[in-house]
Amino acid sequence: MAGKVLTITSGKGGVGKSTSSANISLGLALRGKKVVTIDLDIGLRNLDMILGLENRIVYDVVNIVEKVCKLNQAMIKDKRTDNLYLIAAAQTRDKSAVTAEQIVELTEELKKDFDYIILDSPAGIEGGFKNAMMPADEVIIITTPEISAVRDADRVIGILESNNKTEMSLIINRINPELVKKGDMMSKDDVLQVLNIPLIGVVPEDKNIVSYTNTGEPSILHSQSESGLAYKNIIQRIMGENVPFMEINEKKTGILTSIINFFKE
Amino acid sequence: MLFNWFRKNKKTSANMAKERLQIILAHERAENKAPFLDDLRQDIIKVIAKYVDIDPSSINVNLQKDSSIEVLEINIPIK
Repeated sequence: MAGKVLTITSGKGGVGKSTSSANISLGLALRGKKVVTIDLDIGLRNLDMILGLENRIVYDVVNIVEKVCKLNQAMIKDKRTDNLYLIAAAQTRDKSAVTAEQIVELTEELKKDFDYIILDSPAGIEGGFKNAMMPADEVIIITTPEISAVRDADRVIGILESNNKTEMSLIINRINPELVKKGDMMSKDDVLQVLNIPLIGVVPEDKNIVSYTNTGEPSILHSQSESGLAYKNIIQRIMGENVPFMEINEKKTGILTSIINFFKE
Repeated sequence: MLFNWFRKNKKTSANMAKERLQIILAHERAENKAPFLDDLRQDIIKVIAKYVDIDPSSINVNLQKDSSIEVLEINIPIK
């Protein structure tokens, strides 16, 4: 097997990297791919909770590179599928506990047994990000339609380019169709015109995300979830299927509401 | 939809965000792509100043990229 390393990054924090990593990892596994996902946000472990696997962690990625444990001892099997394993971040160490070379070596080893190795990058452009970038075959950049997120994403794209990581694609997260329509939020096309890299997904703002995180069940497990559907489409595109981008529509408003809204503004 | 027509001419905050980003990013990209520009500028000033009288603050060094070609533009007004 010749696995592929897929790094999820963003520059800015809090735009949905770990949530996206969880959904993409789980989604690919549910489609029958063998997936291992590594939380590289060392010191700020989170992917374990988003996936609902926090109680099963004994060893972490730092233990692996320091050879405290065997590789398979630190791989936590998912509750819902046999195809997904998590390697957790160390919680009591910092980014300097691992080097990019060590992560490259680790992913090379994992490529033998897995279709996808998903690397959840920490925010920022320092060491932790470089650890996640160096092994990447493909990079998915997450942004939201806000200027600070887009600006940081552009910076990350620049750094990736200068490191010859040209296989990049973009997820625009938390689009709010009502705000876009009012002209108070950049649209998908606005963001694409600024960043100019291929789009792989548009995820609508979903107020249920907090509750999905509360219970450790990512949105892809919820058939009614709009963000879950968006992630399913992203999975298909990662797997090379051609899926049209869904139109993210606001709730239908009647003529009366339109009139009221018009005078309100 | 119908009502949006009346506000078409109003500049939305989303448009402002996009324009501001396009301007700042064009600047930042050039800087990140060619971090040597500042050193280059200093060196050029030194060399030119040996031969002609120039105002160092008026020298403009710029790296521009069109779709196909990259242009290094250096403007040196002579006193």
